Amino acid sequence: MKKTHVLAIAVIAIAIGIIMSAAGDASVYVSFKEARERAAEGNMTKVHVVGRLPRDNQKNITGLEYNPTLDPNYFAFTLVDTNRIAQRVIYFNPKPQDFDKSEQVVITGAMRNDIFVADKILLKCPSKYVETEVKGATAAVN
Amino acid sequence: MLNTFIGDLGHLSVIIAFVAAIVAAYAYYMATNRRPLGDDDVAWRRLGRGAFLVHGVAVLSIIGCLFSLIYGHRYEYYYVWSHSSNHLPVYYMISCFWEGQEGSFLLWIFWHVVLGLAIIRYNKKWEAPVMTVFAGVQLFLTSMILGVVIGELKIGSSPFILLRDFLTDLPVWKTDPNFVPKDGTGLNPLLQNYWMVIHPPTLFLGFALTLVPFAFAIAGLWKGELSKWVKPALPWTLLGALVLGVGVMMGAYWAYETLNFGGYWNWDPVENAVYIPWLVLVASIHGMILWKRSRLGLRTSFVLVIASFLLILYATFLTRSGVLGNASVHSFTDLGLSGQLLIYMGFFFVVAISMLVWRWKTIPISEKELTTYNAELWVFVGATVLCLGAFQVLVTTSIPVYNAFLGFLGVKSNLALPADQIAHYTKIQLYVGVGVALLSGLAQVMWWQKNDKQSLMNSLAVPGILTLLGSALVILLVRYNKLQMEPTYILLLTAALFGVLANLGMVLSLIMRRVSISGGGVAHIGVALMLLGILASAGYSNIISANVSGLVYSREFPEEINRDNVLLWRNEIAPMGKYDVSYTGQYFEVPGMPEYVNKELIYRTDDEYKVIARGDIKIKDKTYYKVGDTLEIRPENTYYRVEYKNRETQEAFTLFPRAQVNEEMGLLASPALKQFVDHDIYSHISTVPDPSKEKDWTEVKEHEITVGDTIFLNDYFAVLRAIEPAHQTAGLGLKPGDLAIQGDFIVHGEKKKYHVHPMFVVRDRLIGRVPDEVEDLGLRLSFINVDPEKGKFTFGVSTTAKDYIILKAVEKPFINLLWSGTLLMTIGFGMAFAKRRRELRENAVQPAPADTSTIRKAPAPRRAESVA
Repeated sequence: MKKTHVLAIAVIAIAIGIIMSAAGDASVYVSFKEARERAAEGNMTKVHVVGRLPRDNQKNITGLEYNPTLDPNYFAFTLVDTNRIAQRVIYFNPKPQDFDKSEQVVITGAMRNDIFVADKILLKCPSKYVETEVKGATAAVN
Repeated sequence: MLNTFIGDLGHLSVIIAFVAAIVAAYAYYMATNRRPLGDDDVAWRRLGRGAFLVHGVAVLSIIGCLFSLIYGHRYEYYYVWSHSSNHLPVYYMISCFWEGQEGSFLLWIFWHVVLGLAIIRYNKKWEAPVMTVFAGVQLFLTSMILGVVIGELKIGSSPFILLRDFLTDLPVWKTDPNFVPKDGTGLNPLLQNYWMVIHPPTLFLGFALTLVPFAFAIAGLWKGELSKWVKPALPWTLLGALVLGVGVMMGAYWAYETLNFGGYWNWDPVENAVYIPWLVLVASIHGMILWKRSRLGLRTSFVLVIASFLLILYATFLTRSGVLGNASVHSFTDLGLSGQLLIYMGFFFVVAISMLVWRWKTIPISEKELTTYNAELWVFVGATVLCLGAFQVLVTTSIPVYNAFLGFLGVKSNLALPADQIAHYTKIQLYVGVGVALLSGLAQVMWWQKNDKQSLMNSLAVPGILTLLGSALVILLVRYNKLQMEPTYILLLTAALFGVLANLGMVLSLIMRRVSISGGGVAHIGVALMLLGILASAGYSNIISANVSGLVYSREFPEEINRDNVLLWRNEIAPMGKYDVSYTGQYFEVPGMPEYVNKELIYRTDDEYKVIARGDIKIKDKTYYKVGDTLEIRPENTYYRVEYKNRETQEAFTLFPRAQVNEEMGLLASPALKQFVDHDIYSHISTVPDPSKEKDWTEVKEHEITVGDTIFLNDYFAVLRAIEPAHQTAGLGLKPGDLAIQGDFIVHGEKKKYHVHPMFVVRDRLIGRVPDEVEDLGLRLSFINVDPEKGKFTFGVSTTAKDYIILKAVEKPFINLLWSGTLLMTIGFGMAFAKRRRELRENAVQPAPADTSTIRKAPAPRRAESVA
């Protein structure tokens, strides 16, 4: 067997290994129901959950808990997933400042007991990049 | 009516550029089709050249028009309105030029024009087929900014669209169709950084440079000149690898300096999208050099050169089509160009791959069996390792694409990127680093000598022994500092040290022979140093702000959670790592002043860009502004002054991490760096009290006093020195006959004294009160009443929670190795480029015997060739 063939076989083997590792490490988007089921089965791998923040009649977000003077590294909130299941989430980091404005929240992490421990928060803000309102446009009408 | 002349001229130029690209592509195609290389149809070639020149002029005209719109603050244009604003300095106007998709396409198009003209000038023989490819690419790229609508079909997105044609739903158009906003929405604040002025042009020049070897390879396949394209393409490829590498690292440095995720690389798909083609491009250089020296690896060169350009197209598709969705924090806005991008990518994929398949059998290969003692074998293995590294990043980064593709087929897929990306990528990339470092050292040593077991052992002995000694020393030092070193880290350390030493030995001995051939060795040393820098700074980054107060509020899972942020009360010293740290106030940047100015030294006015000096503003002995002077500030950024003092050495320094509160994006914090030779202290703000919320003040406590009296507050006391006419009456709208007086207080704080001037205003028989605040102390004084009969004055005192910041600080050891390694790598690429260019020129003067496809018998004679 020529060396190039050995090399080719090694390359193919490594490439397959790489694909397997990507498949193994890839996370999934799940609902809180599924996240709880995974935890119940003892599966502690981290998942992604997409949800929205519950708001009261005044459009204020309910259930936020962040008191930096007591513990700057503790932020808790409630997230409602696409199946309308609400879940308490803890994030052991300061509260992201644009959190209140976000429409959609993606968290990664896993369920621990009754709480979802998030290690990453990705915020989707309305019109984060595309501007759709013109300041002063209404003023100019008068 | 709006004057739309410049916009119309710009749009017309886009159309001319598009049409001229079609003409150039067709004419160049006709000039060379069915003719051997170099024997062009002169008339067609002249037409092609002319059309490409017209295209170039049109592109310059587009750029000129767009820039003049931005420069003139013409907010009736959507692009200008959404990317610029009145207060943007000129150099950032350049950044807003390419902040949007259209502008960045334009930048890319511009570089292709420049490179195309260089090809016409320097590579006459290859001009016609190469320029056919160039003009073809330009045709697709200009179509992206065409902005033409035919029926339902929208082709491209023009940067010259008017605001009223883009945001058609605004009610204002009904009453005033010529409405022009007063100000733009501004440049994304994170992009207001000098790196963002030079990073995109560098990166897009790198993108553009990958087209050159691709076009040569395609021309080679087309004309049946299957080996001759390598020589003219090689210097371009080296230049491309240099520029693209610099571009990637500039982006990394920008992220390190501006973003607050804590490092220079985040494995974000947008970063990966450029890293992948760069690795493949570097691998292709190795393939081309193997061909030049030993008539090996021509097929590999073809595949890699073509792959690196196709991967650039794929990167463009990833970052601009919106397919990444949630997966990336900084991809472009989706302009609805996905279809067009897919056609662009698909066209070149199909054309390039079918041409490669068509010629595959005729591409010469070597029958020579490589032995373990052939340097070529190890260069080849090294290139393979690079490609495998690229492959891993490609497979994972494409996860959102699989979802989109499966969704297109009607299968619902919920795959997400790995939750722990760093761990996932490190798993493979660490071994890629090991492989690259080891092989670059080994192959470099073998490249320059005749190898057998004995000679190889001899030449590897010195670097090998030094490596082991050095590695052992480092491990001991790491242990001595009570840090762990995992086996994989030891492996990478040893490999990278070997890479440095073996290449260094070779470079030193080559310099004796000829400096110009050591480019490859220098670049390899750079890469190995970069690996060492990454290992140290990422593997041993140390969060020094970890909560040491022992105060843990929550009891849930306390044992395993890192608490990485620390709360700093204003003017209170807190221990952090080996430092005592204190936060001592908020500062602003004043153009023209070398240092930031304390917020307490200025009064804000209604115009947020203008402030009034409360006292003399001076640095050392030089007074920049006197009391009452109006000065201009840049209000977007607040700089938080943080003092560090090393407890052991008493060495002190001050950092100004900054944050800006942006309406749409919340708090944007950027770190401040203190750079030492052997480590950086990197710190950024995580949270500040929400500036948009009113502070909670305690109930006002009233004090009736006379001049000279003292008010005792909790921890401080305030002396009323005088009642005087108010100084700062601008903005109050006073008329003659109105009255404004102020109390002149000195408040004695813990560290210093503060002048406080609460005002009492009588205007049109109405009483107004303007309180004054000492942010340092969380104290507010207001002038409540005057009793002229008794000569007494009533002042109100209220207090609030003290100001604080939440800070994260990280120590990054030996990060300078990464930057200096980058510099060396760049120099190495530059040397190799210079050498290959010189070769090409010498050959042009003295035509060398044509490359033949015959197979040479091993071993190849040792020519002065370097691995670039």
